[in-house]
Amino acid sequence: MKNPVLDEKQLIAQEKLNNPSFMRTIWREIKHDKMALGSLILLIIILSTAYLSPLFIDNAALTRVNFLNTWKPPSATNWLGTDDGGRDVFGQLMLGARNSFTIGIAVTVLAGLIGLTYGLISGFYGGAIDNVMMRILEFLMVLPTLMFIIVFVTIVPNYNVFTFILIMSAFYWFGKARLIRSRALQERELDYINASKTLGTPSWKIMFFEMFPNLSSLVIVNMTLSLAGNIGIETGLTFLGFGLPAGTPSLGTLISFARNPDIVQNKWWVWLPAALLILVMMLCINYVGQAVKRASDARQRLA
Amino acid sequence: MLKFILRRTLLMIPQLILLSLIIFMLAKAMPGDAVTGAFMGNPDATPEQIEKIREKFGLNDPWYQQYGRWIGKAVKGDFGQSYTHQQPVTTLIAGRVENTVLLSLFTAIMIYLMAIPLGIIAGRWTDTWADKMIVTYNYFAFATPLFVFALLMLFLFSFVLGWFPIGGTVDIRIETGTWDYVVSRAKHLFLPVMSAALIGTYATIQYLRNDIIDQKIKDYVKTARAKGVPEGKVYTRHILRNSLLPIAAFLGYEITGLIGGSIFIESIFSYQGLGQLFLQSINLRDFTVVTALVMIFGTATIVGTLLSDIILSIVDPRIRIE
Repeated sequence: MKNPVLDEKQLIAQEKLNNPSFMRTIWREIKHDKMALGSLILLIIILSTAYLSPLFIDNAALTRVNFLNTWKPPSATNWLGTDDGGRDVFGQLMLGARNSFTIGIAVTVLAGLIGLTYGLISGFYGGAIDNVMMRILEFLMVLPTLMFIIVFVTIVPNYNVFTFILIMSAFYWFGKARLIRSRALQERELDYINASKTLGTPSWKIMFFEMFPNLSSLVIVNMTLSLAGNIGIETGLTFLGFGLPAGTPSLGTLISFARNPDIVQNKWWVWLPAALLILVMMLCINYVGQAVKRASDARQRLA
Repeated sequence: MLKFILRRTLLMIPQLILLSLIIFMLAKAMPGDAVTGAFMGNPDATPEQIEKIREKFGLNDPWYQQYGRWIGKAVKGDFGQSYTHQQPVTTLIAGRVENTVLLSLFTAIMIYLMAIPLGIIAGRWTDTWADKMIVTYNYFAFATPLFVFALLMLFLFSFVLGWFPIGGTVDIRIETGTWDYVVSRAKHLFLPVMSAALIGTYATIQYLRNDIIDQKIKDYVKTARAKGVPEGKVYTRHILRNSLLPIAAFLGYEITGLIGGSIFIESIFSYQGLGQLFLQSINLRDFTVVTALVMIFGTATIVGTLLSDIILSIVDPRIRIE
């Protein structure tokens, strides 16, 4: 006869099976929403083409200048024509998408980490520490962010991709910090935190290993939605000429050709595909992001 | 009430001081100063003479003395000399400020003109086809980056269809003061304003729609209905009074968004405003102008936030925390 009383480990395993993980909930939500599923598939197609394109396109040929072949309209050899240096626009588009997405991810993760740490500390301690940290944050939030980034990009010595990521991350964590802090303030009143404090667990351990897992769905939602925003800001800055350095083309580099009226009108194949690709990527990421957001809140779920 | 406004205004002072300090430090980190600007490319000035002038202007003093002088002048509206334009920065900015104010003002007006009716329709007739269309439009407005949208608008309406001028502030062949001048100004303004406004409606529509949906089921609305108030009046007299008030308060926050946007919009439509001046100056390394512009835009943002906070506290007393 089987033991009627399940032991504790089995009970926990049973409980875990009944209680789907956040990732599983997200997947169910996306599957239920046809548009979100379509967006996700389209996004995967775009990204895998971009990231796998080095297998098919010779990167050295992409950067080689060929003056006999400049400003060629789209043809069978150059699907999207060529630019001012006779380089293939389609190849540059793929390279740009790759760079823009990678940097978008890097900025999102880095800014997320800064915001998370700041918000957790402020919310966990509360009181005077919270007060001071929030006054500082309030001040940072009223700075004209875009202008400051442009100034920093111009005056930073040895400017490269990494400094750009650092500068952008330094200015895009404010909102996240405030969001995390307001949730952490609620969380710190709960019994499990008090119990941990009583047992003498160090504060950093409570913050990052006990509080953070309970806020993780909030963080995931916020990061998905800000990923799209960050890609938009990066390409925008590159478009203005204050983003990625010349050696690292992004989608914004291709669009910045459009600052010349002749190119806007007569050589549309250089900038228009990049502009549309950004648009499509933004819409897809945001649509998936909305589904993730719904999954995190049981009242909003469709599935 | 008065106490809150006073306290909130006082809070602005340390913010302004901190902002000016940061900008001063940045200005020090920028290559070149007032003297390199004024004597750039002057072969008669020997390094010794320049050093003497630096001493005379106090550029070798400790930083806090320099900061004190700089901020003292800046408060009086003196931001020094621009060396690429060879004229006082204040004159340079004064010539452009009108254009940016016009652009932002009309953008704000357009945003409210479009967003308020759309928000009300979406909130009142939830889940109808109109609501679904508005929600879809709003989703596009949220997701589309401003510079991509503005560029596509410029391409479509100015280049392909040729309805609007391809850039600039006004047709230079037209004399100032005539009716044609006003028409030309309006034509040059229309596309930049619409590009910014069509995308800028997101927050207002979203807020209004959600708030109306929340208010609809409240007790005071049920009471009004039970008393036999016509459906139209339930909205105009009861719900909208509550929902629209915070919208008025967001005006100040809107300024922050418009400032960031003006850099993109003015650059794409070659509109002669402060955002374009900022980009030109930073490309020419004309840092006296850059410093002055960051200071002005930063102050505008701080004052805008202050305005919003005050209006919001009048509208909603719960916000007036001690």
